[in-house]
Amino acid sequence: MSHSAIQNSPANAAETATMPAPEQSGKGPELPARKPRRSFLPYGLIMPAVILEVLIHIGPMILGVWIAFISLNQLNLTNWLNAPFVGLQNFVNGLNPESTIGQAFFSTVGRTMLYTVTVVGFSWILGMAGAVFLSSNFKGRAILRTFFLVPYALPAYVGTIAWAFMFNQRDGAVNQILVDTLHLFGDERPFWLLGGNSFGAMIMVNIWQLWPFAFLMLMAALQNVPNDVYEAAAIDGATLWQQFRTITLPMVQPANGVLLLVMSLWTFNQFNIPFVLFGAASPKEATLVSPLIYQNSFGSWNFGLGGAMSVLLLIALFIASIFYIRMVLPKGGDND
Amino acid sequence: MIETRNFRILRNVVLSILALWVAIPLYVVASTSMKPLKDVSGLFQWLPREITLAPYFDIWTTVPLGKYFQNSLIITVSATACSVTVAVLAAYAVARLQFKGKRVFSLTVLSTQMFPGILFLLPLYLIFTQIRNITGIQLQGSYPGLIITYMTFTLPFAIWMLSGYFASIPKELEEASMIDGTGRMGALFRVVLPVAKPGIIAVAVYSFISAWGEVLFASVLTNEATKTLSLGLKSYASESDVFWNQLMAASVVVSLPVLIGFILVQKHLVAGLSAGAVK
Repeated sequence: MSHSAIQNSPANAAETATMPAPEQSGKGPELPARKPRRSFLPYGLIMPAVILEVLIHIGPMILGVWIAFISLNQLNLTNWLNAPFVGLQNFVNGLNPESTIGQAFFSTVGRTMLYTVTVVGFSWILGMAGAVFLSSNFKGRAILRTFFLVPYALPAYVGTIAWAFMFNQRDGAVNQILVDTLHLFGDERPFWLLGGNSFGAMIMVNIWQLWPFAFLMLMAALQNVPNDVYEAAAIDGATLWQQFRTITLPMVQPANGVLLLVMSLWTFNQFNIPFVLFGAASPKEATLVSPLIYQNSFGSWNFGLGGAMSVLLLIALFIASIFYIRMVLPKGGDND
Repeated sequence: MIETRNFRILRNVVLSILALWVAIPLYVVASTSMKPLKDVSGLFQWLPREITLAPYFDIWTTVPLGKYFQNSLIITVSATACSVTVAVLAAYAVARLQFKGKRVFSLTVLSTQMFPGILFLLPLYLIFTQIRNITGIQLQGSYPGLIITYMTFTLPFAIWMLSGYFASIPKELEEASMIDGTGRMGALFRVVLPVAKPGIIAVAVYSFISAWGEVLFASVLTNEATKTLSLGLKSYASESDVFWNQLMAASVVVSLPVLIGFILVQKHLVAGLSAGAVK
């Protein structure tokens, strides 16, 4: 039964996992490799991965929590084992809503949430539109399908560089269209990478890069919808919108949970786009959580503060990943 | 959906808008990469006045692009190769064998894959500093240091994707092989691996792509000698000037390997990505 814990589709896994486990009783005896129940083989196989997981994930994560409780700055950075323990001081400094640092932190968390909801929402809508209209057959469909995936396949920094060039204030392509062609802002040429506009510009870039992923996943989910269901609905007089709402949407529902959660986590953790668009320090109107921790740690070398913020992020992501794991790895899927 | 006339009109409109939205930045990159510098500095011209391939030759001398390429290749290929090798063994165990602690192992892999690099960068930076203090081994700015940090995101991804692939291979194949006396490992190497080859290649290409685009670790842990493409491209912007045409030409050049790889394996990727939706 254990092998079915991980399947090709989450829906599939859920289905198999709820079935009663038929311990391989019938065909077991004649297979020599099955007999030794207490085999060391599995442990031998996972050993390299376990060692690496401990070295690069678990160890650093524990150290990361420790950092949050010590006073670490540029002076004692190279000798951090002897850095003084300060208890909750970093959290008090970082989370005090009265202080500038605390205010910056909370407004950054709120801004990052708004950012995440906007980017994921639009990416999902565009991805859905692409998937619905590309699931019917027509000439040029295969080419268009591959073409839509290009922004996702490009190195993230390349897509961002392209947009940075287009957002150029003086004579970029965006202002060329909006100001010179459409005359939207009168004589003004807005700055897109400074102040409040930078938040919108960053959202734009992120949607451009993320929507193909939604498209890819929804496209895969839609392939399972038999066309005669639509035919039957059309004969009954259902409009296109009704067909979409009553057939398409419910059919992608199983894939949707994981898709939305994964896209939200990626977007919430976004670092590359602001880093390439703005450099190490984002405009304060466009600072997200990951870049804020980066700035505190490697900009002002206040690792303790960066560590405290990391711990909070870790707790939040832990909760989110529990939901994620529930969706992709249903309980009872193995014998542990 | 049913192809009524309205549906077709709507489809053409929506797909055209989407295609335009994808195409504009790509067109801007491609056209700018073929303009002389004097045509790039002024107001953006949708139709180039003059087409030249000079930027594609100049990029190699303006900045040490070849060196950046070499650094990115060494780091990305090593991280991918190590991850895939380790992951093949672990993923096979997860997909096929029963053992105590399997769920804990799967949960660890799954959850670490969701954590952002910044959570690992801070502590790894400190660990590297300490290793230097104690042993004198300099990991900051070195290839091994970067390869290790890149594995923080390529490894969990590879394990998760590959276990999905292995689980989808019919068990009967291995059972037949084991009856012939090959044993588990023999079955893995002689039967499972050849069958799973497209999946393994897809996972490798995908790890390669994500490592190729990495910015965060590279921004802290590289130095002049080990700088990767993701940071090296910044060098086309000096304090006074930005060689936008060369920057765009270099963007095209660094994108081509991953773009070709992606297009070649996209069919296998869709199946694998649906399994865990991972990056």
